[in-house]
Amino acid sequence: MSEKRDMDLTLKIWRQKDAKSAGKLETFQVKNISPDSSFLEMMDVLNEDLVAQNQEPVAFDHDCREGICGTCSLHIQGEAHGPDRAVTTCQLHMRKFKHGETIHIEPWRAKAFPVIKDLIVDRSAFDRIQQAGGFVSIPTSGNTQDANAIPIPKDDADTAFDSATCIGCGACVASCKNASAMLFVAAKVSQFALLPQGKVEAKRRVLHMVKQMDEEGFGNCTNTGACEVECPKEISLENIARMNREYLNASIK
Amino acid sequence: MTSLARKFVMALSGLFLITFITIHLLINSFSLGLWWDGEQLFNQGSHFMATNPLIQIMQYILAAGFIIHIALGIILTLKNKAARPTKYAVNKPSANSTMSSRSMIVTGLLVMAFIFLHMKDFFIKLKFGDPLPHVNYTHEGVVESLQNDFSLLDLFANPLYVAIYVLAFIALGIHLNHGFQSAFQSLGAADKKITPTIKMAGKAFSIFIAVGFSAIAIFHYINSLG
Repeated sequence: MSEKRDMDLTLKIWRQKDAKSAGKLETFQVKNISPDSSFLEMMDVLNEDLVAQNQEPVAFDHDCREGICGTCSLHIQGEAHGPDRAVTTCQLHMRKFKHGETIHIEPWRAKAFPVIKDLIVDRSAFDRIQQAGGFVSIPTSGNTQDANAIPIPKDDADTAFDSATCIGCGACVASCKNASAMLFVAAKVSQFALLPQGKVEAKRRVLHMVKQMDEEGFGNCTNTGACEVECPKEISLENIARMNREYLNASIK
Repeated sequence: MTSLARKFVMALSGLFLITFITIHLLINSFSLGLWWDGEQLFNQGSHFMATNPLIQIMQYILAAGFIIHIALGIILTLKNKAARPTKYAVNKPSANSTMSSRSMIVTGLLVMAFIFLHMKDFFIKLKFGDPLPHVNYTHEGVVESLQNDFSLLDLFANPLYVAIYVLAFIALGIHLNHGFQSAFQSLGAADKKITPTIKMAGKAFSIFIAVGFSAIAIFHYINSLG
């Protein structure tokens, strides 16, 4: 059993009725929060309290609550997914906070991620970037090919897999002082660029995805590295360097 | 121009300016008199820079490099500010990035302001001002008459002037600490193996530049005390 006692917290949460309304920070109190509960469970406690008091609950995104889907977001105490490293908000535990602490909870802030309601932002810009080239056009008819029919060096397969672990949560954009989506796009470019199946459309892919990224209104990368630090999947800046090489190649040839 | 194209231009112009300041520091170091008579070597270096045809062409390329680098820096900053119209009420960038990487526009503009001052007192005076008195140097019976550009270093007798220079060199060092390694990342020359080395080299280089330029300015101040 945990030695730590339950916590009372003050929450300052961004409330915004809809995309068009102006929002503001509102203050809430939550009591008897277990340090072993997750951040989203703490938010559930708050919302149950609000519902019981006949008030509008706070809207926030969540789905799997296992740290794998990339749906939860939240800018907590000045950091995307809060102060812990390599975790999404659903895997952040209340033991990272202190009894009596005031916690600021804000939505991702970026022009390309407009707020829909309270803490929920519209991240469909990421979908449009993916649709611009983040795929391989392999015909799906006929027999399924054996997985090992095309030999791939183990290192390449592993690196591609590391890139593919990006869950598209948008923490990179939220953390970047320029609201740049470069780490996300770089991970999605890399996961294909490293594999033979992805090489066929490599040039078209990087050019189209970067073009779409710019059109969505994301900022420019200035290599501060904040994205890499805050990324729940620890996607490396190496991916951005790889995308830069891919882009140079595609532009020159 | 796409965001990635801007990145490449920023990196290439930055690396070009890095080679320039390295050469500039080398010629400044002539004035210390470590290897030869400081005044003579400096005047010879200065004469070479003012007359060599290649350097005359490079002057314009250098000016273009500065203008592109500065203009792009300002454009990038404005675009990046526009990409986040609503700021966070609470933000903790110190948790995930270095101060030097976040303050490129501030250190960059400080260096730019310094360049204006420096150009007014040196470049403009030498290029468009009245000719300075000449001095004669005799080497193995041959007399060489050179304009005494070294005499401009009398400006460093003013401690306030030296202080402004040193502050500008510190800003330049902070700018380079991020800029050096950032240029390699932008050009795609980065991975887990080489990046730590490039970052170390960038740190060493930025300290070398800031300390080198500052030391020379302070040296001339101390010299002026007699």
